[in-house]
This record gives sequence, structure tokens and C-alpha cells, in this order.
Amino acid sequence: MQDVNNIKPCYPLFRQDEYQQSMSAKRELFEENPSADKVAETFAWTTTQEYQDLNFKREALTVNPAKACQPLGSALCGLGFHKSLVYIHGSQGCVAYFRTYFNRHFKEPIAFIADSMTEDAAVFGGQKNVHEGLANATKLYGAEMIAMSTTCIAEVIGDDLNAFIGNAKKEGNLDKDFPVPFAHTPSFVGSHVTGWDNMEEGILRYFTLNEMEGKKVGSNGKINIVPGFETYLGNYRVIKRMLKEMDVDYTFLCDPEEILDTPADGTFRMYAGGTTIPEIKDAPNAITTFMLQPQTLEKTRKFVESTWNQEVPKTTIPMGVSGTDEFLMAVSQATGKAIPESLTKERGRLVDMMTDSHAWLHGKKMAIYGDPDFVYGMVGFMLELGIEPTHILCNNGSKRWAKSIEKLLAESPYGVHGKAYPGADLWHLRSLCFTDKPDFLIGNSYGKFIQRDTLHKGKAFEVPLIRLGFPIFDRHHLHRMTTMGYEGAMYILTTLTNAVLERLDDETRGMATTDYNYDLVR
Amino acid sequence: MAKLRQCAIYGKGGIGKSTTTQNLVAALAESGKKVMIVGCDPKADSTRLILHSKAQTTVMHLAAEAGSVEDLELEDVMSVGFGGIKCVESGGPEPGVGCAGRGVITAINFLEEEGAYDEDLDFVFYDVLGDVVCGGFAMPIRENKAQEIYIVCSGEMMAMYAANNIAKGIVKYANSGSVRLAGLICNSRNTDREDELIMALAARLGTTMIHFVPRHNVVQHAEIRRMTCVEYDPTHKQSDEYRSLANKIVNNTNFVIPTPIEMEELEELLMEFGIMEAEDESIVGKTAAELAAEAAAA
Repeated sequence: MQDVNNIKPCYPLFRQDEYQQSMSAKRELFEENPSADKVAETFAWTTTQEYQDLNFKREALTVNPAKACQPLGSALCGLGFHKSLVYIHGSQGCVAYFRTYFNRHFKEPIAFIADSMTEDAAVFGGQKNVHEGLANATKLYGAEMIAMSTTCIAEVIGDDLNAFIGNAKKEGNLDKDFPVPFAHTPSFVGSHVTGWDNMEEGILRYFTLNEMEGKKVGSNGKINIVPGFETYLGNYRVIKRMLKEMDVDYTFLCDPEEILDTPADGTFRMYAGGTTIPEIKDAPNAITTFMLQPQTLEKTRKFVESTWNQEVPKTTIPMGVSGTDEFLMAVSQATGKAIPESLTKERGRLVDMMTDSHAWLHGKKMAIYGDPDFVYGMVGFMLELGIEPTHILCNNGSKRWAKSIEKLLAESPYGVHGKAYPGADLWHLRSLCFTDKPDFLIGNSYGKFIQRDTLHKGKAFEVPLIRLGFPIFDRHHLHRMTTMGYEGAMYILTTLTNAVLERLDDETRGMATTDYNYDLVR
Repeated sequence: MAKLRQCAIYGKGGIGKSTTTQNLVAALAESGKKVMIVGCDPKADSTRLILHSKAQTTVMHLAAEAGSVEDLELEDVMSVGFGGIKCVESGGPEPGVGCAGRGVITAINFLEEEGAYDEDLDFVFYDVLGDVVCGGFAMPIRENKAQEIYIVCSGEMMAMYAANNIAKGIVKYANSGSVRLAGLICNSRNTDREDELIMALAARLGTTMIHFVPRHNVVQHAEIRRMTCVEYDPTHKQSDEYRSLANKIVNNTNFVIPTPIEMEELEELLMEFGIMEAEDESIVGKTAAELAAEAAAA
């Protein structure tokens, strides 16, 4: 029982005898639990090569997919515009899930609205929901634009957002001039990165497609930045800082940095920051548009190239030394602005840090999973650090992604042990972590279950998780960090090195056994 | 190059949409037009006369085999038949399961993403299943897709009901978009005064009967050979009918937001042409015995 003078949380409360007895009685009396031996035997079998071979033959089942669905991405995109309200046409539960997903990662209130389709809407079509939803939303929330996307239910019955929004305006549910850019985002196609791309293209299309007259590439002297599905707030900040240092004028085409990091000063902000509509309309006048996550921004790139007639530079995600170099040089080439001394110095500091830590990272084997561009950038930087990437997983990665990884691996002697697994899930990765143990696993919070399972086999089999990616639910404030640019590389380097040293301390803490190497100085 | 024209063919099931579309498209191809047919019907019989095949392998069938539509390439799903006509079938589930409408959406999205609508094309024809039963079957008339709708009908009551219903569907999209009704194609069933009737219906819907295709056995003869009439017997007068239809479509500029009529008005029209008897309200709900008693009393 709880003692009122010493309230305990569920851990360690449930370790007390009474709860332990209650739980074991429940297992014995009601759960028809197999014997402990049988459970142990089955567990041991799931760690074998034999099981892995079966596991990789899996066809009809995904276990822990390491990706989310399209509207999660479209919602993040919609957040990044000035006074923009994210509106999801579909069922209530889906949208509740998107809100909590971001709540848990950003530790911020997240305002998304749903038009709550139910049985009748599924039969008669969701037009009525869109009409009432738009009428209510525009009256209640003081938005200046609504970014609309869809969930599965609307997609399966074939609701047509373009027609529904047009009709809503015609029938006076909202002002004719009120902007409602939209994107169809069926959850059963692609992933959250696809949804981000679709919504971005929808927004750019809505505000520029029919307003191209008088637009001239290069006339505003700026560059556009398309961040893609980006959840590290530091990445928005570092790109802006580097461009400022280069004296390059820019427009972020989607900038949720403010709304996802509002201060606790007594004022609730429904909206904060974000790209403005005039900025979007002016974007075709820019010199060019940079895709920070080019592998997952195909649709946006095509639109920018075909409608804005801009030549999109062929860069990769600006992570690590060469990824950042490439980005900065491409910006310099496009704008004619030189890379300033301050950035050269920052680069030098990064390289200095890399040489300081390299003895600890050299030859370390690390598995990684995450979104396509993030994993690509990470693998590139790991190779620069002398880390050997082993299992490289991307559930929403295409064959083209796998080829890009293979090319990276082939260019470095540290790449020989690496293998790309497009479309594989975390249950596949669990097998790989048993049969071919990496020293560490890099990924989002879901990787902690692989760490638990490998530890269960024995301390020597444990694969510790290093948290980099999205979502990170079980550590605080990591979403504010930076992974792009030289600054981001410093954060990644610090995180990886210290994880290696923590682990080494862990293993050498044995009094009079391993502590001959429990060093004060590492 | 002229702008690509996208046309959708709707009409009651069994009215002859697929046969008419394929003959029409064959005639267009014969005159040098570059055409693509997109079959939007799980039966997948929209391209067989062009390809001389039983049924083309469909987008959804291949997607199900490959695991996902993202694993397909355009050349996997597109075949080229008579006159260089490009053929695609969306396909869909067996009757009674799944969602055929979603199949249409998936297939058309796939074609757009893979660049099937290339700049050389003059025409795309969507041959769409029976009625517009759900949002999926309206996919071909969403914005930036088909802008001209042709309805195939005949002088039979149910065909005209269906035509009027389809016009209602078009209105929903036309009010906010650029899709328009482009005409009725009468595929004759040899009913009395059929041409006048369809012209009258067209007038009420605010459009015209773009062509009256007479009935002729040669179409069936060609179909047994899995050919269009235009290919099977180009010299036959029936082939000239399809050429004439094709020509009228090429030159058509009469695109309207239809004015569908109420059921009473449609019934009046049918009665005017003697297709429907005037209803005798006095007999409604009366049993044979009651009617006999009434007759005896009179």
C-alpha cells in the first residue's frame, strides 16, 4: 500500500511484496502462463540465427515499424506557417494521436483540429464535415490560413478536398479569400515524410501556381530553405545562423521553430512565428530553393523546378563535415557570397573535436535506424568519425535510398561491415542485434526495447541505445538540440563519444576486478 | 502541340461504354491522334478490343503482387495496342470485397506520379464503371483531370435515369471546378423515336446529343475477334459512324454545367415519348379482389 507520508511512483512501489504476490497470483490463477522454462527457451530461440532467417522471411506483418503515417507529417508542415491552423479531415482518433505524438516529443501544447468523421460521413461523404468544420474553425481560432490534410477514412471513400473547399466557400461557410491549402495524405501510402512533402507542395502550389505572372527567378536576391520533416529545433536555428553569418538573405518555407518552443511567461500562444503568406508568394522570386532533406522532398522539388523554374541544387542533408561543406559551398555558389571566417573557424573546431575523440570512436560498430535523409547524414558522419556503421535500417527508405547508402559505404574503409535494410522494421533489427552485435544502437526512443531484450540475454549481449532521431519520448529536451551543420556535428560527436565513455565506466566500475581501467581521465 | 484533353465516359452498366469508347478511340487514333485509355472498372474490359487480349493485367493486380504500388514502373502497367493507343486498366477487387473506388484513386495517382500523361498525348479517355457510386469513381473528374464528360445512353428508361443521375454528380464538382458535361452519346437500342428522345433529354440537361450511334451486328462480329469495328472492317459504314463521333468530339466546344432534372420531369418526358405509362393513382395499394369488386360495382 501507499504510505501517505512517503508516496511512491509505480516504480518502485510495485516492487513491494504485496504487489509482487498479487501479480504472481494473477499469472498463476488467470493467465495460463507457460512455465518460466518455456518462456526462457522461446526467448533464447528468438535470439538465434535460425529465428532471424524466419524473421526476414516475414511477409504479412510489421512489428514496430519505425515510421508514422502521412498526416503526422502534413500536420508538422502545417504548423510552420504564420497563424496557420492545422485541420485534418478525417476521424477524431487519428488526430488525437498526432497531437499526443508531438506533445510527448516536444513537451508543448499542440493545436490540431479534426472534423471528426463518423459512420454517416463515411457513407455520405465528408463534405458536410468540411463545410461545418471550416465554418467553425475560421470563426473560433483567429487563424489566417488553414492547412488541410486527410486521414484514411476520407481517402478510402474518395473525398475530394479541392471540390469540398471550393463548395464551402461558394456556400458562404467561410470567406472566399480565406486561404485553405490542402493535401491528400492517405496513411496507407508512404510515411510521415511523404505527408510532409505533400503538404508543403500543396501550400506552395496554393499560393503561387496562379500567381506566377511577374515572378522572376533571382529578383528578390534570397534563397529558400525547405526543411522537410525536421524535429530538431536547433536545426532551424543553426541553418539561419550560418546563413546570417554568410550574409545570405533567406526564406524558410515552413518554420515551426517558435510554435514548438514557446516560453512559459503566462501567455498561451496558439500561434507563434512561422512563414508568412507574402513570404511564400515571394518565394518564386528567389535565386533557388534548397531541400535540406532531398531524398524525401521529391514532390516539392518537382513543383519548384517546373512551376517556379528554379534549378534546385543537388545537395545532400547538411550533416557532418562534408555534408555541411557541400551545403555551404552550394549556397555560396548560388548567391555569390563567400563562406565567412567564422564558419571556417567553426569547422576547424569540429575537426579538432573529432581528432580529440577519435581514439574512442575509431572502429566502434554502431547500428542505426531512422528517416531516410537523417540516416544518410548520420552514416556519412559516422564514416568521417571512423565509426563502422553495421545495420542501417530505414523502414520508409526506398531502394534508391539503399543504393545511396551503399555508395557512401563503398567510399570509406569503415563502410565494409555496413548493410542497408530498406523497409525493415525494429523486430528485424532486434534479430540483427542478437546475431551480429553492434557496440551501440542509434535511434529514437523505441530502440530501448532492443536494449532491454539484448540485456535480458546477458550483460555481454546488451546493445545500449544512443538517442538520436524522432520521436524521443523518454528523455527531455533533446528536440531542442542540433544535428545539422558543424554545430550539429559537434552535438552528435559529443553524444556518441560520451555514450562510449559512459559504457566503458559502466563496465570498469568493478572494485578490484575491472577498476584498473576505471580512469579519471578519458 | 494542342493541349491535352482529358475526357471521361460515364453511363449505365451494360450500355456499351467500353465498346463505344474503344471504337471512338480507335477512330481517333486512325486520324493520327495520340490517345490513352484508362479503364476505371474492376472488370478491366476497357482495353481488350484495342489490345486483342482477354483482359489487360491491371495496376492493382500488379501492385498486390509486388506488395505496393510504389514498387511498380509505368512500363509494367501500360500496354500499347492498335494505332499506338496506350492502355491502362486500374483494376480492383473481386465482387463483394475490398474497395474498388480506392483502386481507381490509387491507379490514377500512380499514373500521374509516373508521368503517364506525357506531352505527346492529345487525348486521355477514362472509361468509368456504371454509376458514380462513390468518391473513388469520381476521381477522374477531380480538378486537373477529365474536364469533359460524355454520357453514353440509349432510349431506355433506366439508361436515362442513370444519365440524369450522372449529371447530378457532375454538378457537385462543376460548381467549384472546371469539369463540364460535353454531351450525350446515344448508343442505339432501336427503340422508337430514340434520337428525338435523347435530344430532348440532352436539351433539358443543357447539353446536346453529340452523336447517334446506330446499332449494327458488325460491332459484335468485331468484338468476338477482340477487335474494334474500326480495325476489323474499316470500310464498313458503322466504322464511319465512330469516325463521325470522333470528329465531333475533336471539334466539340459545347461544355456546360448540366441542369439535371427532377424525377417528375424525367417521367413526363418518358410519358411524352410513350416509354412510360401515366400512373393511375386510383389503383395504388388495391388488391386484385378489391379491384374486381370495384369493377363489378361499376
